Amino acid sequence: MTKRTVWLLLGLVALVVAFAPSPLTPDTSTHDTHVFRIEASQYAYNPGEIAVNPGDTVTIQLVSTDVVHGLYIDGYDLSLEADPGQTVTLTFIADKPGSFRFRCNVTCGAMHPFMIGKLNVGANVTLYRAIGLVLLGVVGAMMFAKRNA
Amino acid sequence: MNKVELTSNKFVKGLLVNRYPQIAVFIVMLAGYIFAILAGIIGTPVGSHNFSIVFVWIAWWAILILVAVPFFGRGWCAVCPIPLPGEWLQRGAVLSPPDKKPKWLNLRWPKALRNIWLQNISFLLLALFSSVLLTTPNVTSIVLAAMLFAAIGLSMIFERRAFCRYLCPVGGFIGLYSQAAPIELRIKDKAACVTCVGKPCYNGSETGYGCPWDVFPGGLTKNTYCGLCMECIRTCPHDNIAINLRPFAADLVKPSTRLDEAFKAFIMLGSAMIYAGVLLGPWGALKDAAYNVDTNAWFLYAIVFLFILFGILPGLFTLCVLCTQSFISLKQYFASLATSLIPLGLMFWVAFSLSFVLTNASYILAALSDPLGLGWNLFGTASTAWQPVLTSIIAPAQTLALVGGLIWSARTAQKAASEVRISAVPVILYALAATLLMLWLLL
Repeated sequence: MTKRTVWLLLGLVALVVAFAPSPLTPDTSTHDTHVFRIEASQYAYNPGEIAVNPGDTVTIQLVSTDVVHGLYIDGYDLSLEADPGQTVTLTFIADKPGSFRFRCNVTCGAMHPFMIGKLNVGANVTLYRAIGLVLLGVVGAMMFAKRNA
Repeated sequence: MNKVELTSNKFVKGLLVNRYPQIAVFIVMLAGYIFAILAGIIGTPVGSHNFSIVFVWIAWWAILILVAVPFFGRGWCAVCPIPLPGEWLQRGAVLSPPDKKPKWLNLRWPKALRNIWLQNISFLLLALFSSVLLTTPNVTSIVLAAMLFAAIGLSMIFERRAFCRYLCPVGGFIGLYSQAAPIELRIKDKAACVTCVGKPCYNGSETGYGCPWDVFPGGLTKNTYCGLCMECIRTCPHDNIAINLRPFAADLVKPSTRLDEAFKAFIMLGSAMIYAGVLLGPWGALKDAAYNVDTNAWFLYAIVFLFILFGILPGLFTLCVLCTQSFISLKQYFASLATSLIPLGLMFWVAFSLSFVLTNASYILAALSDPLGLGWNLFGTASTAWQPVLTSIIAPAQTLALVGGLIWSARTAQKAASEVRISAVPVILYALAATLLMLWLLL
């Protein structure tokens, strides 16, 4: 195989890894309903990580235990705010698969920009694709070195 | 790709030789720096609404790590305002031709400290307190002021820019990563330097000052210690200094064998991973430990932080390189192969910073109009609401950075390993493991 063919092949495999439909897509014919009570306090959410399946209905009950906190979900562009001691609720359908950070959107103190949680909707396909690309990159670098040796 | 000499263009050369454009940038930078110090002291204590936090740790950091270092190497050092007041005092002049008579003590920097260990320590001191430093305006002010006064003090005791060269916590990693940048300052013809009388590039002349970075340009083989101050371009009587565009990472072809530089690579790699976990992760206990510096949890955090940087990362790396047989000492090939972690570390910082900067960039507009958080609205943008920017591209961009960093690191490892005639495979596997961990932390 010529060098050009090897690179072309690696490029094609990289494109497949990056963009091919995921085989990890769960059965979406049945959808569950989840209710999460998330306690917000400086500077953490408890639980800090929640997981659902794509298409599930998610209800978040945000409770602030100290100062005013918010919760903004990256990718979904949804947010809510809770005063101390109060519970606010947000319901949405988790129709976008992937891993999303949720973060406080009300300045709540010094470490506010780092008050972050994580919403996983189905498998973290982005991570798996990235791992595939990383492995492919190492294989490519090794092959390149072997051919140049 | 061959080198392209940028200074062969008369306009570029003129711009670099002329002191006025540089001094104009310096004055703006110094004004901004002093304003950042003042803002931290007299402005609101809310970090996300204070100029000192928003412009230093979001705007400046974004420019530094995403643009300046990867593409211009020590380009930031060329316009950094920190050494200026000290240098002006040291020289007794701002723009006028240098006076040969030394001002102040003008001592040589101690030989035992002519390395970057002090820079490693100063970076670690800031890194251990980073959660407070990044979020508390008056702490940022104190650190900025301390750096300015340290630079002034050292300029009065030692010759040249001792602070920049040996103590600056930022300059240490900029120097390390500048080796990967596609820009360099080098001589054109070695013979011209050998026969040059008086070496004005190092000793100074009536046209300019001797190298403030204590570097003889004729011996430059890597970017690490050249601050791109342009003095040697002004003083060289043979027009023998060039700014070149070159392939990325050209300096890494000849790996360093210095342990201080090797450990800088581990410190930077490890710090990026720890920050990704502590600052961007969902673990509140870690954030508490990192922020509450007067607690036992912080001491434990500091011990673990240092153990990761000086124990786990170099320890595992040593085990990896021990898998290979070499005819040279372990110290020498440990340091040589650690060079491969430079592109990896740089891309780890790019990936970390993308998330941090894009989600907080909207604070810049508000802080621009109300830099002290006092209710001003100078440009009509004070009420700009916080809104993460381009969140949909963060994960793909981080993936690209990390994949690219790993491939770049693997290629560097292969070149470094061939220099010391050993296998690069264990080092590539080490870089792979670090990248997988970073991916897990970020995605």
